Amino acid sequence: MSALLPPSERIWGNAPLDKVEGTWIAIALVWCLFMFFMMPYWHVFGKQNYSGEAYRTTPAAYSAKVEAMVEAHTVRKETDQQIPVVRPPAGSDVYLAGRLWSWYPALELEKGQTYRLHISSLDWQHGFSLQPLNVNVQVVPGYEMVLTITPDKSGEYTIICNEYCGVLHHAMMGKIYVVDR
Amino acid sequence: MAEPVQPSGNQKEERVPVLQQILDNPFLLLFIGVVMPTVFYILWGVMEIVTIPIAN
Amino acid sequence: MSELFRTCPRSGLVFHKPAETLIKLNAVTAVVFLAVGGILGLLVVMTRWPAVHLLSSELFYQVLTGHGIIMLLVWIIFFEIAILYFCSSTLLRSRLATPRWAWLAYALMLGGAAITGVAILQGGSSVMMTSYVPMPAAPHFYLGLILFAVGALIGCFVFLGTLVVAKNERTYEGSIPLVTFGALTACIIAIFTIASGAIILIPTFLWSVGYISEIDPLMYRVIWWGMGHSSQQINVSAHVSVWYAIAAIVFGARPMSERVSRTAFLLYIAFLQLASAHHILVDPGVGTEWKIFNTSYAMYLAVLASMVHGLTVPGAIEVAQREKGYTNGMFEWLRKAPWGNPVFSGMFISLVGFGFLGGITGVVMGTEQINLIIHNTIYVPGHFHPTVVLGTTLAFMALTYFLVPVLFRRELFLPGWAKWQPYVFGFGTALMSLFMMGAGTLGVARRHWDMAFSGAPFSFEFGGAAYMMMGLTGIFGVVSVIGGAMFVIVVVGSLVLGKKIEDKSEYTTTRPAILPLGPAAPAHHGKGFVAPGTFVLALVFLATFVVYYFLNWMYLSSVWPMN
Repeated sequence: MSALLPPSERIWGNAPLDKVEGTWIAIALVWCLFMFFMMPYWHVFGKQNYSGEAYRTTPAAYSAKVEAMVEAHTVRKETDQQIPVVRPPAGSDVYLAGRLWSWYPALELEKGQTYRLHISSLDWQHGFSLQPLNVNVQVVPGYEMVLTITPDKSGEYTIICNEYCGVLHHAMMGKIYVVDR
Repeated sequence: MAEPVQPSGNQKEERVPVLQQILDNPFLLLFIGVVMPTVFYILWGVMEIVTIPIAN
Repeated sequence: MSELFRTCPRSGLVFHKPAETLIKLNAVTAVVFLAVGGILGLLVVMTRWPAVHLLSSELFYQVLTGHGIIMLLVWIIFFEIAILYFCSSTLLRSRLATPRWAWLAYALMLGGAAITGVAILQGGSSVMMTSYVPMPAAPHFYLGLILFAVGALIGCFVFLGTLVVAKNERTYEGSIPLVTFGALTACIIAIFTIASGAIILIPTFLWSVGYISEIDPLMYRVIWWGMGHSSQQINVSAHVSVWYAIAAIVFGARPMSERVSRTAFLLYIAFLQLASAHHILVDPGVGTEWKIFNTSYAMYLAVLASMVHGLTVPGAIEVAQREKGYTNGMFEWLRKAPWGNPVFSGMFISLVGFGFLGGITGVVMGTEQINLIIHNTIYVPGHFHPTVVLGTTLAFMALTYFLVPVLFRRELFLPGWAKWQPYVFGFGTALMSLFMMGAGTLGVARRHWDMAFSGAPFSFEFGGAAYMMMGLTGIFGVVSVIGGAMFVIVVVGSLVLGKKIEDKSEYTTTRPAILPLGPAAPAHHGKGFVAPGTFVLALVFLATFVVYYFLNWMYLSSVWPMN
């Protein structure tokens, strides 16, 4: 029972590796280094990255930006709650707010165009989860995250909330419509 | 304790390798185990948050 | 001062009376919390099973908060404190340092758990285990957690103190046993964990009572996860050391190499805790370099360590079995293992489940960019149930089957149940987790009451596959709970109804003899390929890992380009 007893040799710190362990450690180390370098590689050559662009803000300041965009670019209203659907110009800054318990406003984007999507929360933490693509980011009040996105397929996308935010968490839903030009 | 008849030879055999000295010292390990994550995870992380620019 | 010791005639273990009492008490308390947490888990799974959808929204989140805290903190840390005392006092044949402080630790932990429990029961603190600010909980919710943490910290120092006592009183010679070294690793990680918890929960408590106006939510997340994730790394270190212990207990296995196994634990000490960053990968800000360095445990060095333990534990078993003559083919050593002994089967299912399900998924979802398609989906609990339930909890259950006769001097009650329990629990948990991962890949959220989104302004339907996966999650979750209940019934039954073991094992004031050294390896050791079967299994593991890793990159590359 020697794992339960002190090592049999007083000096064990320079014992040679046996072949099984030595070979495995070498293979595992190569795999670990490969996985490590895969991340910077994807930052350079991959297309799905979050660069870390973010700004410190306040719910009030952020809300004002959202409202300005809604004022300028609303194209219609949907559902009996009259949720505005905003069609911002291609390439522009788009502001999305998470709040108890809705994503505001709904967005209409053009396929193949690039937008700077800002996301922040006006109250508690939320989870931006775009379905059925399954892209997920954390939404934190006081911080404005900027994702540069290029929707490459048209269709109706749904934003659900996947960070628990209270009893109506499950009813928090928004839409992004991607339309052909 | 045995007399050091052949001090050089004996000592060479008995010398505890550095790796083993580290592994046999719980408080040095504790130091490593607290300092590494505190510096690389917590302090560096807090610096990252503090340096997030203010939105215009 | 007379120190009372007894020697267990079955196992040869030497128990110091105050340590023995504290080990029993902490372990029994742990099992009681496991039972409570299990019932809450049943309610959670019965609600997420779409066809059943048992609880109301409000009650669901309340129960889920309780389930998370009781299982991830209370059950497991109580048991770990028992393991720390066992690995120091018992394994080193030493008196326990400052038993009074150990009692204080116990009281604080129990009191803290009770206070937080009351806060959750009162209903105003359904904030999940993570209690992300600025969502508020009642002040005593945080206060209970702080007290619990202080208690656990004292327990850690009692462990360290016992190491010092054992060394000064020369109860052993040379280095501490490998299992004790693993427990030391767990203890060190626990100290960092608790310190992080204190740094963030104390201000949060002050915020909840109004002394502080605001807690930065991003700062909270980073520091809270220094506790929340690291506490799961305590579990990893503890259950790996339980694997080594069980390999020694059941097979008399020697570690293949003290140097390799201990160096692997050193990599845990230095790097494992950095992986708290797994939770921050898709948070606003916090630079890419920080994310890559921390999420990869500094170039995956802690993953390397886990891959080493994953080889050396079964490898040591294989070597021991081959020395006993099970040398036919690659796998006779494994086929002829005592699969009917829950101490072994529990440990082996824990090892395989942790590696294949918990380990691989943890690394994949902790890859910076891949996290985008996994963060906060039900894939996440699909990952951590195989680590904490299949890995840690099942390893602790296996150890308990060994400890009940040794500590409580009772035979196992319903040994037939005990024999099947690891299979039922392991099978249920593994399949539940696989289906959670499947549903998560399809976008189903974690911590979410209704995947049909009733009451939402727009509509969105998950496909039939997602519903089917959540249904299967429900079914196998129930199987897992049944396995857990079997464990609790066997253990509690043994303590109350188990046949008493009439071995002669009196307490004496005689100091136990110095701990002998482990048996030396036979001369032929280290020549040739000593554990070919294990090596083949390790290659199968690696192949699975590589394939699954690239599948996820492929999946990621199919979503909208973003930068």
